[in-house]
Amino acid sequence: MAEPLLQIQGLSKRFGGVVAAADVTFAVMPGEMHAVIGPNGAGKTTLIAQLAGELLPDSGAIRFAGADITRWPAWRRSRAGIARSFQITSLFPEFTALDNVALAVQATVGHSFRFWRDARAESALRAPARAALARVGLAHRADAVVARLSHGEHRQIELAIALAGRPRLLLLDEPMAGLGPEESARMVMLLEELKREYTLVLIEHDMDAVFTLADRISVLVDGRLIATGTPDVIRADPDVRRAYLGEDDAEGLSDG
Amino acid sequence: MLIFTEQCLNGLQFGLLLFLLAAGLTLIFGIMDLVNLAHGSLYMMGAYFAASLSALTGSLLLGAALALAATLLVGIAIEVVVMRRLYGRDHLDHLLATFGLILFFNELVRLLWGPAALSVPLPDWLNRPIEILPGFFYSAYRLSIIVVSLATALLLYLLVMRTRIGMLIRAGATNREMLGALGVNVRLLFTFVFGVGAALAGLAGVMQAPTLTAFTGMGENILILAFVVIVIGGIGSIRGALMASLFIGLADTLGRAYLPDVLAHMLGPAAAATVVPALSSMLVYLLMAMVLLLRPRGLFPAAGQ
Amino acid sequence: MKLRPLSLGNAVAAALIAFLLLLPIYCGFAGDVFLLTLFTRILILALAATSLNLIMGFGGMPSFGHAAFLGIGGYAVGILAAEGIVSGFVQWPVAVGVSALFAFVAGALALRTRGVHFIMITLAFGQMAYYVASSLAGYGGDDGLTIDRRSQFGGGLDLSNRAGFYYLCLALLLGGVYLVHRLVNSRFGWVLRGARSNERRMRSIGFPTYRYRLTCFVIAGAMCGLAGVLLANFSEFISPAAMYWTRSGDLIVMVVLGGMGSALGPVMGAVALLVLEEMLSGVTEHWQIILGPLLVAVVLYARGGIAGILETFERG
Repeated sequence: MAEPLLQIQGLSKRFGGVVAAADVTFAVMPGEMHAVIGPNGAGKTTLIAQLAGELLPDSGAIRFAGADITRWPAWRRSRAGIARSFQITSLFPEFTALDNVALAVQATVGHSFRFWRDARAESALRAPARAALARVGLAHRADAVVARLSHGEHRQIELAIALAGRPRLLLLDEPMAGLGPEESARMVMLLEELKREYTLVLIEHDMDAVFTLADRISVLVDGRLIATGTPDVIRADPDVRRAYLGEDDAEGLSDG
Repeated sequence: MLIFTEQCLNGLQFGLLLFLLAAGLTLIFGIMDLVNLAHGSLYMMGAYFAASLSALTGSLLLGAALALAATLLVGIAIEVVVMRRLYGRDHLDHLLATFGLILFFNELVRLLWGPAALSVPLPDWLNRPIEILPGFFYSAYRLSIIVVSLATALLLYLLVMRTRIGMLIRAGATNREMLGALGVNVRLLFTFVFGVGAALAGLAGVMQAPTLTAFTGMGENILILAFVVIVIGGIGSIRGALMASLFIGLADTLGRAYLPDVLAHMLGPAAAATVVPALSSMLVYLLMAMVLLLRPRGLFPAAGQ
Repeated sequence: MKLRPLSLGNAVAAALIAFLLLLPIYCGFAGDVFLLTLFTRILILALAATSLNLIMGFGGMPSFGHAAFLGIGGYAVGILAAEGIVSGFVQWPVAVGVSALFAFVAGALALRTRGVHFIMITLAFGQMAYYVASSLAGYGGDDGLTIDRRSQFGGGLDLSNRAGFYYLCLALLLGGVYLVHRLVNSRFGWVLRGARSNERRMRSIGFPTYRYRLTCFVIAGAMCGLAGVLLANFSEFISPAAMYWTRSGDLIVMVVLGGMGSALGPVMGAVALLVLEEMLSGVTEHWQIILGPLLVAVVLYARGGIAGILETFERG
């Protein structure tokens, strides 16, 4: 049995009276695509925030590649190989797409206390950036200013930034948020490709995509993990069905 | 002991005066998210108006009342002409634009009233000591400042806590966008709030004029203190402004009164002589820095900030 | 903020620099000492504004206490001179060093805060410097400190030669502008600009932004301290008033007027502001009554400053 790449143990977080995470425990194996699903308000965003290092858990532990990263700040986790994309697009709007991704590359290639040389002339930064953009299908928009790009293209850049630093683990927070059917289909294809090279933790609402892509799924309800397993197992799980069918905005789990 | 009481009363008076300025500033900052450096200019206008109008009418009270009205008008004019266009913009833009207003008003005052400071003579019934406790005399004038300030603070409390407008103000302090969504005439509300702030600043200026005289640039010194107060108290919080102004008022007054002796005891007179003047002035800023580092949102932040 | 590269092909930049280079020659022929003195002062304040542009225009850290460094640099020179140390080789490194140290301490604390709180803490530090200087009874206190001899460098460099001093200031200014230009386009500069644009994202992709900002703050402080050294030598006088927060406001005005995020912006801003002041005060002694509303108008309608206006023309 291989060592899990990411191990989450007993993660708990309260905000005043609201329990955002209660004793969440699961593991992500290297090379797998692990989806986290749950109704709105289940605590998925809080979970990602704790994994990414933006929020410190009240209790519990997170281990990454054997190291205890529970209290590490976000930047340190990123340098260790955990890359994250945001649900609500968070880019550098006044820079070009290429500059956006190049910055992400810069964080992982040497240090940045370099005061003289023009960073735009550094092929060590530009080449991987172009490659990442090409990977997500945006090579032709490399020199466009991000503020002028479409929402779909923004989501692509989000992904490119996450890929730029050659991470070991990708935390993707609703990469398909706000995408139309065509763009969603393209994103699913892209994620299929990425699955083969990276370990991914995916938070998504699109159930079709989740059940198509995921190797394993964890289900969060009210901050609690109620089930973990392969898609078939999850589909058949009575607690999961109850949780979803009990909610008004249930996105039906496809049968069979 | 009596001297200590007197110093405490002085500190209270200074603190209440700061509160008048800080309350307006924090309201404007909290509701409209506007950083207003020109607040000190309104304070200055209040003082100048008081000087002129009380000389003109021969009565301090009448002059004060008229000065208050005049300052309110100036405040509303500023809001309509300049502030309206600043809402929603970067704080740096606010700083720059209101800095421009400071330059304008400082020069306007010099143009209209000349460069010399204006004094405001006190009528006899204010310019005398009152025996508030057996054997303890305190200036009637300073006492009146305390009384007026407390009354104003009470009025402000009633306005904010017990009226419909006050409810809107409190709502706006916690969630600006909601107000507009609820169909409130936000524009009018903003003008009203700014007017209240201007009136408070003007009142402070009117009351300070007899002691300090009215002079160009008087707004800048006290403005910084008012900002320190609202930062310590928590931006948008009137309660915080009150607590912090009293705290700063007392700390500053008592500090200046007693720190020299305390430091002379601790460090010896020679060393103290060099350190003391700087430290007394710096005390307030050191306090602010400490508060900010421990409680970045101030001691009593408005809920939701 | 979009960075416009310092391309000397830009007509205005070239014209401005040419003008600054040739000015002393004209003044020599015309016997116009006043103009030379005015522009020497402009150059010095432009250097201070350039340092502020680094943290404010590019780094997004508006400091309302930047004038403190002018004072620190100046007082270092003044105090050392009063103690008999007039060698520039000692004074100048000390001045720059103390400025850098003050920037380090102030920045370390201030950069833990954001937005208006950051502005307030920088203001507080500036005021503290002001009060400390006022309390230096042995060195003039409130009245300020007269400096009898300018920094001595022995050999060829004579600071009391007006044209020579002007060219020294110009050299240092252009050096400072060029340094800022290179900094901004380097890896370091990109981190700053990214942190200004979206700090959360920067931390998320792996940059410990605090240390970069602090370094920037120290560089800016040191550069402004150097400007303070020049100012003290120029006026042969230094007083606490140079550090009052309204003087920091003046520097901010210069940066914004010239155009934030443009390497030459602060120079244009300093020239514009101080020349405007001179012209207006010739018209009326109440010139600030025009400057005030002008500033408001710039903020409301020409936020990009002179550089912004030029860019609009360029784009046609």
